[in-house]
This record gives sequence, structure tokens and C-alpha cells, in this order.
Amino acid sequence: MTTRSMGEPVKRVEDPRLVTGKGRYVDDIGDARTLHAAFVRSPHARALIRDIDPFEAYEVEGVVGVFTWDDLEGALAEPLPVLIPHPDLTHARTGYPLAKDRVNHVGEPVAMVVATDRYVAEDAAGLVRVDYDVLEPVVGIEKSAAATLLVHDDVPGNVAAVSTQSYGDAAAAVAAAPHRLTFEWDIERSACMPMEGKGVHAKWDSDEERLTLWTSTQTSTGVRGAVSAKLGLELTQVDVITPDVGGGFGVKIVHPWPEELMVPWAAIRLNRPVKWTEDRREHFVSSAHERAQLLTVGVGFDDDGKVLGLEVDILHDHGAYIPYGLIVPINSSTQLLGPYHPGAYRVTFTSLYTNTVIVTPYRGAGRPQGVYAMERTMDRIAQYLGKDRMAVREANFIQPDEFPVDFGLMFQDGRPLRYDSGNYPEMAEKLKSLIDWDDFEQTRASAAAEGRKLGIGVGFYVEGTGPGPYEGGHVQVLTSGKVKVSTGLTSQGQGHQTAFAQVVADELGVPFEDVVVTTGDTRRFGYSVGTFASRGAVMSGNAVALAARKVRERALAVASDALEVDVEDLELVDGKVRVKGDPSSEIPLGTVAVLSNPLRYAFDEASKAATQFAGTTDFSKPPVEPGGKPGLDDSDYYSPAYSTFAAGAHAAIVETDPETAEIKILKYAVVHDCGKIINPRIVEGQIHGGVAQGVAGALYEIMAYDEAGQLTNASFMDFLMPYASEVPHGIEIDHLETPSTLNPLGVKGAGEAGVIPTSAVIASAIEDAERMPIVRMPISPSELFDLRRRPREVEPLVNTMPGGAVATWIDPRSVADATSQNPTTTDVPANSRAKKESE
Amino acid sequence: MSEQTAEVRLRVNGIPYLREIPVRRTLCDVLRMDLELTGTHVGCEHGVCGACTILLDGEPVRSCLLLGVTVDGHDITTVEGLTEDDGRLSPVQQAFVDCHGLQCGFCTPGFLTTISSFIEENPEPTEEEAREAVSGNLCRCTGYQNIVASVLRAAEIARERSSETTEEVSTR
Repeated sequence: MTTRSMGEPVKRVEDPRLVTGKGRYVDDIGDARTLHAAFVRSPHARALIRDIDPFEAYEVEGVVGVFTWDDLEGALAEPLPVLIPHPDLTHARTGYPLAKDRVNHVGEPVAMVVATDRYVAEDAAGLVRVDYDVLEPVVGIEKSAAATLLVHDDVPGNVAAVSTQSYGDAAAAVAAAPHRLTFEWDIERSACMPMEGKGVHAKWDSDEERLTLWTSTQTSTGVRGAVSAKLGLELTQVDVITPDVGGGFGVKIVHPWPEELMVPWAAIRLNRPVKWTEDRREHFVSSAHERAQLLTVGVGFDDDGKVLGLEVDILHDHGAYIPYGLIVPINSSTQLLGPYHPGAYRVTFTSLYTNTVIVTPYRGAGRPQGVYAMERTMDRIAQYLGKDRMAVREANFIQPDEFPVDFGLMFQDGRPLRYDSGNYPEMAEKLKSLIDWDDFEQTRASAAAEGRKLGIGVGFYVEGTGPGPYEGGHVQVLTSGKVKVSTGLTSQGQGHQTAFAQVVADELGVPFEDVVVTTGDTRRFGYSVGTFASRGAVMSGNAVALAARKVRERALAVASDALEVDVEDLELVDGKVRVKGDPSSEIPLGTVAVLSNPLRYAFDEASKAATQFAGTTDFSKPPVEPGGKPGLDDSDYYSPAYSTFAAGAHAAIVETDPETAEIKILKYAVVHDCGKIINPRIVEGQIHGGVAQGVAGALYEIMAYDEAGQLTNASFMDFLMPYASEVPHGIEIDHLETPSTLNPLGVKGAGEAGVIPTSAVIASAIEDAERMPIVRMPISPSELFDLRRRPREVEPLVNTMPGGAVATWIDPRSVADATSQNPTTTDVPANSRAKKESE
Repeated sequence: MSEQTAEVRLRVNGIPYLREIPVRRTLCDVLRMDLELTGTHVGCEHGVCGACTILLDGEPVRSCLLLGVTVDGHDITTVEGLTEDDGRLSPVQQAFVDCHGLQCGFCTPGFLTTISSFIEENPEPTEEEAREAVSGNLCRCTGYQNIVASVLRAAEIARERSSETTEEVSTR
């Protein structure tokens, strides 16, 4: 038997190349003929452009061209596309490839310089004189919501969209509930921050009239479509190749970036290859950020903590433009529900313009914020009732026999929010044992005896993965027996070449080593959507599996003719078609490939067998039967009716220093369910990376905008991306495999899992250690220090509840200790911020 | 104004080079542009991320913080030069493959050079020392868990290989 590859921790085929310096990233491509672009970017957050004077820049030796919006024509001079329109997106505004007459954030491209060398291009960019009329900017959610200043004159209230979804009568359910609470949760900005920024390299072949574009993207077909539309080229004139990509995490799904249009435009205009490589500061101020949201929650629940009604209002800061539509707040508002099914639910989000960098998906894509609001609400319910935080969650879990669960809401793929499968109670059991949940009070007590403060936190999430519309795959068996696979979506380090080879190896019964996978090259596979939303394994994994099944069927049919044996009596093992029970009667798959393509001309020894006088001809049939095709290759597509819903649960034990307020993660545990696992090594790697980004978002990373709209920490020196010293020293992982019911492989996505609940978990743990409400994330030691010293200065939570009454912060242990179960009799610490209402 | 240039002699991965380069060109750009050794990557251009780390006379340095002209006459090792003479992956390279120590691979060359130098100095590191050794390099993909494991495994492979060599010598 061929060793089964799926489910095994196979070592990655990508790695030998990447560890020897043979990786090929966009900036590695090019030669001495290549010209280099640099962009003049706005130093102001909001300004009118009066005049641009490129004269001095032109004078620099080596400068080939300086371009502004005035040089653009046709579709290129129009605003960039609104990639994902939505009926609620009533006021969508996007920028131009180069600013037209105003700028709306620091970093917006205003002019492009092309020169023989990047250093020269930057020299000249510094000499382009732009005369600005500087205006006061709109920075921050509060200022945008106040709407005394407008980012876009024709967008009233700075509001791009207001969107409400609901099932049941949430307001009535909350009002009628025995207990009601309301909170406000606040999440700061962060960003994907891949180690390789964006980059574009374009080559125009004027003889063939054909453009080749290498770009560091998450969607080569998307870029191809946009470039051909904007530059007035036929789709067939444009090839987009995604070489090795140094990380994406969401930011590279946005397209076309201004540079993805301007660089090929210049290459055509100048008839020379042109490249641009984003530098780190450019990435900070001109790519994309995410996360910033203010979430207000009103919840009504019963004595067990079961949520009867839930009302959520989200203010979402999407930056200066909204090219990626409403995906992030839709994710926040639908995925907030997690593994729970409240009695009634209403969510309204308002998507607001600010004069800051655009907000588009960053790993998790709105889910971390939604999950933060829901999980922290669970914590507060537990605290209010004096119950165990895990017990309150368990009281709310969707049970395994309830699937599929249709919420009556619309998910980000425009299809019903419908969970296919899951087992949340078992997940909770696994997590409790992984983190020693039940023994924690002992651990806490023994630490306390040494003067140390510990806290434990928990968070659950459900993630819709593998949204459509589709992905495809092509599988070809060569006459050498090697198997070439291609799929359109791109790779940024997820190990697709390994994972998809595992899938195809198993489907075809060939050794894993014989399968070579290409991704993200429109020359090889032209139909694709892209890599986002944890969809690689679900979409392309299943597509290549389906394509391989067709090839397998055809291989068996050809071999059946050659061996004169019924298809049912054949099997594909170790790269050979074999007669079952008769290993001596076999035919290598490479030979089957030869026979599958009837030839007139032999080009080598093997191909002679397929020629017309080789004696293999069945005269009763034409060489290629009607409806058939020559060659041992085929394509297929996977297109699901619904996303498949993965899930996970994290827990952490943190220690907070009583004096310095340093926050240390002592233990981090993850239980993860992504359905059937293709490669556990890769899945665990994805979880590790996600958790590190989650911890970064919980404790370190912010985008520090000042009132003028300047990003004051736009460098790796000031933006605190964690090193090895800052991440948990060890992440304990346990898997649960609840197969998806929607796809042939039974897989669910894993890419974003690690990051989603982390902020909620860390906040929960800090709150538990400090016995004081933690509302705002991320939290730094100095913020915690200040919270301890000046808790009264923290703004109280807004009570949106009808007839809001007494509100107090309850220490859960004092409630548990109290003989009376009436929470109003407990001591209220001085740092009260939460409000409660009891009936 | 035309670009001021100077002649530099470098020995990179054992190969001598003579190049006329602009005096303001950083060492990472000289390696990438003039010598076409694109294995060294540039992540931040201000010495924080460590992706561009190379070995200068055996010591790890950030090649984005040095001008090419300042290393005239020196010995440089880049990621391309880590592979052993017989074509085998070096212990650190092998360890990264074995332990899934990389995902996108962009920061990896800087880790590989840094760790190569570290395990030479400290052939038997503890986990804490291994973590400390890589705590000056940024990675956005791996969460560092498997990079720390790779350091320990690299030291182990290096020890295994050196004992193999010793055995070969002693059996002669």
C-alpha cells in the first residue's frame, strides 16, 4: 500500500529551497534593465492639493519619469474599485491610484517617480514639490461619530454604512430577562505587518503585447482582473505570477493597490521593466490596518446565565476609504455569536470614515473584536451570578445534536450563517483538562502565599472558514509518472505545496514526493478567488482532490483497456495501476499517461507505445472517443453552498507583578477543531503564529495616531511587534476533529484560528488576577499600573439599557463566599465601572 | 550630480568579488543588487527585525546598517554560504526543516545566520539560552515556538555531526 499521507506531519517541501536562500520573492526578480519606482506620499492626514511641481525631480540624473494624476487616462484616472459592494454600503468612497485633488490620510500616494535606481528614485521623490492646503483631520471613532468635520464632503455623518441583522425580538427578550447587564468594549488598531511588505514587478513585451506582473499578493487572479480593467488590456494579455510571498495575514488580499496599477502602467508606457518594493514605513502608512472598534453590549439572561437576549452596537473605524467593503464588521457582528445561540439577537454596526490608513481584514478579520465582546460578556454574567466562567459558557453551548444550526443571519459570503458541525462541550472538557481549570484555585492560592498574583482566562470562538465562491485545481500525470498540480489561490507561508501534494498523493495512490504543486500563477490556472478567510485547505484542498479523482478514474479506464481487465479489478498503488490480488500484472502511471494520449509522432522511447503502428490500437473505437480527451489530466472545482465552521477554545494563566504591573503569560492552552487535519505539523504552526499575533494584539500592538493624523509609531522600533521573548514559552495544543459535513475531505480552515480569542482570554485572565474590570485592549503594564492607581479616572460604561438602575463591579469570589446570594449586599471595590441591574 | 562610487573587495561565501559600488549603498543592497545574492532579505531597513543578518568575519551583523564600502576586505557569509561543502544542509538549516521552524521564509535567513554563530559559541544551549539567542530577530508567522525548538535541534545535529567526524578520524 502507498503510505497514506493525509493526516501525517509530513515535512514541508517548500523548506529546503527557503533555508538555502533560493526563495524567490518579488524584490529578488529583475536585472540591470529594470527601472525602480518610488512614491511621493502625503505628509498630511487631510489636505487639498493646490499644485504639484515635478521640475526639480526631473533634473536628477537617472530619473526616467515623474507622474501625477494628470498623467492618468481612462479607467485608471477613476477611483479604485469598491471590491465588495453591499446593499448597506450606501456611501462607498475609494482613493485614486495617485491622489486627484485631495489627500485623506498620511501616506496616500500623490506622485510616482521612476528612475534607474531606487536610491535615485527616492532622491527625486524628495524633490517633488507638492503645495497643500492643510485641513483639520478626523481621527478616532469618537471624532468621526461626532461628525462636526467630514472626511468626504458628500458623506453625511462620516457614515459609509449602517447595517442591522437580527433574529427574534432582542430588545423585548432583554427587557423581559431576569437579569440585565450592559458594557462597552474598546479595541485598538493593529496591522498584519508581514515581514515582507508589498512589492510589484512588471514587464511589458511590446512584440507580444503581453504584460507579466509579479506581485506579492493573496490573489493573483484578482489582480489580473483589476489590472486588465484599469489598463484597458484584454484578460488574456495579462499574466500575474505570485512568487514566494513573505507573509500576508490579510493585507495582501486587497487589490489593486495603487502600486499594482501604477507600476505596470509605467512599464508599458516606458517599455522597460519596472519594480517597486514597499519599505517598512510605507507599509505602516499606506497599506492597511484593522481591529479598531467600540462595541456596546446589552444582555439579558436567566439564573443559569443562559443568554435570552443580546443587543450589540458596533462603531467600526474603516479609515479614509472602504475598498474592501463591509467584510470586517460583518464578521464581527455574525461571528460574535461563537458557540452560543442566544434566544434573540440584534446587532447594528456603523462603519465610519476617519483620516487614517484604510482598514481591511487582518488575520481574524473582525472576529477577534466580536469574540472579545461576547466572551467578556460571558465572564461578566458569570461574575454577576457568582458562577464559574466555564459553567456559564456550558449553559449556553449549542449542543452536538443541534447541527446544522441556521441563525437566520447572513454571513460575509452573502449566504446564510449556518454551522455545519461541531462539538463545543467536548472542546470545553479538553480545555479544562489541558489548563487544569478545576485545580486553578489551588494554584492561585499557593502563588498568593508567595505574594504572586495569578489569574486564569478563557475564550471560545467559531470561525466560518472556506467561503466561496469557488476554487479549482488541475492535476496532470506526466509520462515520467510525476504529477503536476496547480491551483489558482496563492501561498504566503501556509505550506500549500505540501498540503495539497498530500491530498493528491492519497487520491491518486502515488508517492507524496512525486507530486509538485504550483499556486497563484494565472498562466497555470486562471480561475481563482484568493487566499483569505482560512479557505486554502477547504477550497483548493477539495478542488485538487476532486480533480485528482477524475484523473484517477481516467487512469483506471485507460489501464483497463491496456491490461484488458475490468476497472473494478484494478487499484492504484505506489504510482502503478495494479490488478487486485495479482501484483505481477501492473502498469506504471507514467505509462498510462503515455497511452492516454494517442500520438502520431514518437518523441522518446516511452511515447512509441502510443503511436499508430504500435499495435495497441482498438480499431472499433476512434483514438479519442466522443466526449473524451487526450492526456492524463483534468480540472475540477469546489464550490460550497455554505462556509464550514471551525471552532476552538483557548485558556491562559497570567501573572501580574504587584509592583511593576508587568503581565506575564505562564501557560497558554489551545483546543482546536478544524475538522479532518491534512498536516498536523502545519496546523500547529498556524496556531502558534496566530496565538503570537493574538498576544501582540492583547498586550503590545497599537497604531498610535496623534490628533493631526500622524502615525507616531510607524517603525519596528516603536510598534511593539513581539520577539521570542514576548510570546508564551510553550503553547499546549489539543485537537478535536469534527469533520465538516460540507466537503469531500471533511476539512475546515485553520489559518486564523490562533488569533481570534486571544485578546478575550488575556483580558479575562488579567481581570481575574487583578479583580478589576479590563475593558480596553491591548493593555500595557503602564496602563495596568495606571488603572490600579487611578481607577476612578476611567470613564464609566455607557448604560444603554432601558430604565438602567444600580451598577456595580462584583468580585466573583466575594459573591461565591457570601452566604447570601443577593449580589447587592457584596462589597463594592472602589474601582467600580461595570453596571448591573437586578430584578 | 552623479553618483559617487568606490571599489570594494569582498570575500562572500568563500568567493572573492571586486565591485565598483555607490558609496551610499547599504551592504544588504550590495549583496542583493551587485552580487545577486538575494537570499539576504530586508525587512525594516533600520536594524530592528534582523532579517538581513549576515556573518561578518564570523560575527552576526545587520547588513542594512552597514554601508558596502565600509566592509572592504572583509569576509562575509550569507544564507547561501551556510550549506555544507558536500551540499548537505547545515545543522541549522536541517533543524529548521525538521522542526517546521519557518513558514513564509522571509525572516528565516537572518535567523539561520544568527543561530549558526550562536551554536558555535554555545554548542549545548538550554531552552532559555536558545530563546534569548533568537530574541533579536522578528518573525510574524511562527510565533517562535518552532524556531526555539530549531535552535536546540540544530545544536544537537551539530554535535552528532562533529562526533561522526571524530569517529571517522579515529577509525582511520
